[in-house]
Amino acid sequence: MSGVEVAGVGIHPFGRFPEKTLTDIGAEAVRAAVAESGAGTSGLEAAFCGTAYGGVASGHKVLGRLSMTGMPIIDVEAGCASGAAAMMLAAASIRSGQYQTVLAFGIEKMPKGIIRSSFFDPWQEAAGLTSTPAYFALRAQRLMLSSGVTEDDLAAVVVKNRRHGTANPDAMFRSEVTAEDVLASRMVCPPLRLWMLCSPNEGAAAVVLRRSGRGRTGVRLRSSVVLSHLPGPVLSESTPLSGLCDDTVASPTSRAAEAAYDQAGIGPDDLDLVECQDTDAARELLSCEELGLCDPGGSAALIRDGSTALGGRLPVNASGGLLSKGEPLGASGLGQVVELVRQLRGDAGGRQVAGARVGLAHTIGRGANASVVVLSR
Amino acid sequence: MTTVQEDLFTTGEDPHLIGGRCRDCRRLHFPRTGTCPYCGADTVETTELPADGRLWAWTSVTAAPPGYLGPVPYGFGVVELGGCVRVVTRLTEPDAGALHAGQPVHLVLDDVGDGSDGPLISWAFAPDGP
Repeated sequence: MSGVEVAGVGIHPFGRFPEKTLTDIGAEAVRAAVAESGAGTSGLEAAFCGTAYGGVASGHKVLGRLSMTGMPIIDVEAGCASGAAAMMLAAASIRSGQYQTVLAFGIEKMPKGIIRSSFFDPWQEAAGLTSTPAYFALRAQRLMLSSGVTEDDLAAVVVKNRRHGTANPDAMFRSEVTAEDVLASRMVCPPLRLWMLCSPNEGAAAVVLRRSGRGRTGVRLRSSVVLSHLPGPVLSESTPLSGLCDDTVASPTSRAAEAAYDQAGIGPDDLDLVECQDTDAARELLSCEELGLCDPGGSAALIRDGSTALGGRLPVNASGGLLSKGEPLGASGLGQVVELVRQLRGDAGGRQVAGARVGLAHTIGRGANASVVVLSR
Repeated sequence: MTTVQEDLFTTGEDPHLIGGRCRDCRRLHFPRTGTCPYCGADTVETTELPADGRLWAWTSVTAAPPGYLGPVPYGFGVVELGGCVRVVTRLTEPDAGALHAGQPVHLVLDDVGDGSDGPLISWAFAPDGP
């Protein structure tokens, strides 16, 4: 995707902010991104806002607060991939020649605990089929069977990401944990314990994209892809985790990754860092396999030999991941993009990946939809 | 008898889940939908799925998800029926440690109500034998 660059980024920390409204949270992130871009409040031509639980015209409310109405303001919903979906549309609108400068942002204010989703029918709730962590647990168990991943490996993912998160002031959890702590935390759905699961929370992230000319100064957007799974019964059509009911149906992550590598003209070997979906510890390892960061079945080795830790061959979730940041659904994908941009500029402080030139961000949303974004400096 | 939804399973002494088989691509799915989830053909015929199968993946749910009124903890997993179709299901065994991969299971009907308004019947799979 030549021709699109990141002009500015902004983030509202991920956490819990009972004193703030969704509009407050979104406005902080957007204001920061617009200020950094130098576009001014009248310099944007369109805005796409990713949110899953925000409600009617929530993006409009944020931009109204900032006196930035007058352009098209379109909310985009794709579950946990909502922010990345907003980015895909923003980038496409520039690439098509329609606009020069466009805003993509993601906002969310999630309640604590298990998320009720209108995705499920009432009978599925009554029949006990709607526990999201239980679906994560089934995928984790299958990964343990197929890839030799152990409980200790799952704990090691949490320890790694929480260590990374200590250097991220925008993360909700900023303290280190030990493997013993993780393995002593409450069992939620075997094999997944409480600390192996990310927390739904609140936050916002914003990115100003612009057509890049000769004087390009920003980070380059190399690809921005969202793809859904191919037709087939995805776990009775009830979860973001395709492959349980029929593993002949390609995972949306594999499909999105393939398209994104193709669009960017790179392969997994060209990456310097990855921010991937780690809604649970096993999901990070499975994401690594589906993104082609290792051979199928090779994810346990990645965590055991330190490849994916800061200082390793290919740091994964240097931001601390969702396990440290928590997950505000609509903001999740763009929070990853903000992290990559800071890393590629060399502005990531104590979690900086030395010499980072190419980064990849990945989410999976209900449906299932997967997003993959590739950026380079 | 009140069930969680009509047309998910037959009732009586020998219950079965009601699936769909596509007349075009011949693939099975559950629950039955009017359109084949694989190929989009609208020529789906109703078929009773085998009541016996094997355990493919399992866990236990320790906190009731919103809208579920039945007992907690409960077992949850994926079973493979007749080696041809996988079904997401509750399991009668809540202790994940008591189950193993490939374990034979069979269909049962049970109550997932809160007792306030008579039984609310759904399905689950139970491990065979002790």
